[in-house]
Amino acid sequence: MQPPAEHVHWMFATGFLLLGLLLLARAVVGEEVWRRRAWRAYLWPSLLFGLGVLMWPVMVFFTNSTIHLVAHGMWAQTMMVAGAAELGLLRGKLHNRAWHLAVPVALAVSGASLLIHEQNGWLFARAAFLHHIMGWTALVGAIFPLVAIVRPRSRVWGSGLALTLVVLAVFLYADRDVAPIFGHLSPLAGEPHR
Amino acid sequence: MSTQLIQERVAARSRTARVRIVAALGPLTMLGGVAWAFLQPYRLTILHPHGEGFWWLFVQPPLLVIAVGVVFSLLIAPGLIEDLEAEER
Repeated sequence: MQPPAEHVHWMFATGFLLLGLLLLARAVVGEEVWRRRAWRAYLWPSLLFGLGVLMWPVMVFFTNSTIHLVAHGMWAQTMMVAGAAELGLLRGKLHNRAWHLAVPVALAVSGASLLIHEQNGWLFARAAFLHHIMGWTALVGAIFPLVAIVRPRSRVWGSGLALTLVVLAVFLYADRDVAPIFGHLSPLAGEPHR
Repeated sequence: MSTQLIQERVAARSRTARVRIVAALGPLTMLGGVAWAFLQPYRLTILHPHGEGFWWLFVQPPLLVIAVGVVFSLLIAPGLIEDLEAEER
């Protein structure tokens, strides 16, 4: 009854797409309007934390090498820390604004994990290509929440994080277990599925 | 026309634009999902469900994208638009 790995990627893509839409709406309306309803303010950090929690079973059941396992563990931890830090700041349990750094750090560490744990080149297979491009997207995308900490009212930097998550969702939706990328598929990658 | 009146009109126009953007986010996401379904119909197992397992029927990416748009349009956008309009008043 375990889902194929590609289905897990698509389900996480759905979570990231929703997260991206929430952050985009928040950037458009501004923090003040977004926080008018308490449940709405807690929504995106809770979703981020929840995605981190859900990454643990993925780490346990879907990884087939140590480096793969460590990478999934890193994503789980960084997403949970980032979500928890934002929840703590919202609730008033955390006061230092430096806790906002948890989001760009999570993106940067996640991007680095993606790049480090991918052992093959860009055109080995679609999964390898997606690891590379998602890694660089997350690394570069970490700049948006970083700058947004010092310019919290800027719509550009706020939207940047949201659009980074939407792009990551699109990449995750494109994932297949074994599939070619731009017509390339290494014979070492195995037989392509349907 | 006084400067204050011009500023008020500019602010009101900005709020109207924000309302339109928030209202459009959900439908645009749904549209993206529908367009994807037309471009890659083979990713919709519901079109040929015979012999498909649970996960292939449960997780169909274009439908998931449409579902995100529906959730945003029904649960998030109405309250946000209401709050934006309340701010305008």
